[in-house]
Amino acid sequence: MTEILSVTNVGKSYGTVLAIRGISAEVIAGEVLCILGDNGAGKSTLIKILSGVHAPSEGTMKVNGVETILSSPRDALDAGIATVYQDLAVVPLMPVWRNFFLGSELRKGFGIFKRLDTTAMRTIAKQQLAEMGISLRDVEQPIGTLSGGERQAVAIARAVYFGAKAIILDEPTSALGVKQASVVLKYIAKARDSGLGVVFITHNPNHAYPVGDKFLLLKLGASIGYFDKSELTIEKMTKLMAGADEMSTLATELERKPGSRPSRKSEKE
Amino acid sequence: MTTVSTQKDDRQIMSGRFARILRRPEVGAAVAALLIFTYFSSTTTAFLSTAGVSTWLYSSSLFGVLAVAGALLMIGGEFDLSVGAMTGTTGLIVGIMTTEYGTNIWLSIILALIFALSIGAANAYISMKTGVPSFIVTLAALFILQGANLAITKLLTGTVSIQGMSDVTGYDSAKAIFGSTLNFGGMDIKISIVWWLAVTVVASWVLLRTRTGNWIFGVGGAFTSARQVGIPVVKVRMGLFMATSAAGWLVGMLQLFGVSTVQATTGLGQEFSYVICAVVGGCLLTGGYGSAIGAAVGALIYGMTLQGIVFAQWDNNWLKLFLGVLLLLAVLVNLYVRRRAGDRS
Repeated sequence: MTEILSVTNVGKSYGTVLAIRGISAEVIAGEVLCILGDNGAGKSTLIKILSGVHAPSEGTMKVNGVETILSSPRDALDAGIATVYQDLAVVPLMPVWRNFFLGSELRKGFGIFKRLDTTAMRTIAKQQLAEMGISLRDVEQPIGTLSGGERQAVAIARAVYFGAKAIILDEPTSALGVKQASVVLKYIAKARDSGLGVVFITHNPNHAYPVGDKFLLLKLGASIGYFDKSELTIEKMTKLMAGADEMSTLATELERKPGSRPSRKSEKE
Repeated sequence: MTTVSTQKDDRQIMSGRFARILRRPEVGAAVAALLIFTYFSSTTTAFLSTAGVSTWLYSSSLFGVLAVAGALLMIGGEFDLSVGAMTGTTGLIVGIMTTEYGTNIWLSIILALIFALSIGAANAYISMKTGVPSFIVTLAALFILQGANLAITKLLTGTVSIQGMSDVTGYDSAKAIFGSTLNFGGMDIKISIVWWLAVTVVASWVLLRTRTGNWIFGVGGAFTSARQVGIPVVKVRMGLFMATSAAGWLVGMLQLFGVSTVQATTGLGQEFSYVICAVVGGCLLTGGYGSAIGAAVGALIYGMTLQGIVFAQWDNNWLKLFLGVLLLLAVLVNLYVRRRAGDRS
């Protein structure tokens, strides 16, 4: 149980607006922390604190057990915390291996003859992706030809290769279909099994529950529960997220009034 | 089980290699160049004569230097329409300074280069700072340079062309580098053809084998992503604009010392010719895709067609019609490539 990153009672205010308050959670190596919440629940603000974009206005933050303030994304990266954003920071028309190393290219040679070590980069990219369970027959293919799930996996593999100990995944499944989303969940499990701490942000309990170890549920900027998987069922989570009362009210509202079903046949005839 | 999977893997590698060759951006242009070459060689006698070959190679080389540099800029996601006029401006700077004011020829050449680099930097700075598309910024620069070429030349010399270049002290040393003619087995090879090949080789190496090249593709392909992974996007584009302007200067020198004179109208109507060469050579207008070799082949097509039409004694207006059709075809092929690469995104 190595704790990589933890926050205790953190809050963040933008001017007079309190975006989040009193949030505590920890990211542990080899575990998946799921952060769930509806739009406006404060998920993005929390990610920004964890990834070093914003410093918290209150509360404390520990990295590898030491109290720290991450003042930039660069700081977070240096501490081994990598964030994979929704747009993945890939260039669709570039080959997979060039994307893998974009911005951190391997080079050999000296002076004006300093050049890309293309052989090493191709081999490493292929090998790292194979470890994530993606076997590409050709790392030369443009990354745009990969499926959404595979691209997500390339972004994760890239973060891991460049030294991440914890990765923060911002809604990696939200733009994907059912099948692709389950592929991404597999990659998350794979990253977890290799000893990484994973922060998985989503608004979908069905995606979070199977892969998560700890669950932080947010609503209107505050925590409405921080659970271990053993304390939670998927039904309970869904209810907490939507608000049980609101859901039953909605169910009543949406229910058909008896006899209100229009008969299409008669209209057409 | 294992044998089956190995067999399948082998086959995939084979088709992968084949597909990889077809996927190269310059393949379409190479096929077109071969067809045009075959056509003019078989229908005219002059096209394949030594004098003929050196004529269309010379013509291609001048377009080629601009097309290759412009291709890099286009891959980086920007345009420079002013570079055609820049060939005239730099030639005129050297011509006027040396013939009218007796300035040292090499000093004039270097000052012209500095001028070109500053216009490139200004184009980059204005379009990056304000977000105005480089198409508009460099269109403005094109008009400014063209206007200045004519107005200032007339003002200072009273004519629209520079005479007496060959009498200038040190002319021979500059001519040796920019305007000499080499002889290979009875064929006259203008030195601009060597420059064209050198520029193509260097550009291709930078693009495919250096970090800078990777960054150029990144900046043109997905600007925000490139910035997110830490690429100095402004520097990359600034460098590309300056390199393109420098190519304009080089062509200016090649023309000036190739024919020993320069007209104030040099580059007029040529704004789009290098863009056409680059696009025919497989560059996407939207950036992020293309090749330096492709652009060089595009220029070869341009040069061969330009001279081939003369040799075939056609009306030379057919050139524009032909290039228009070729451009349209190239754009459609490129669009297909892009769709194939991005259809799952």
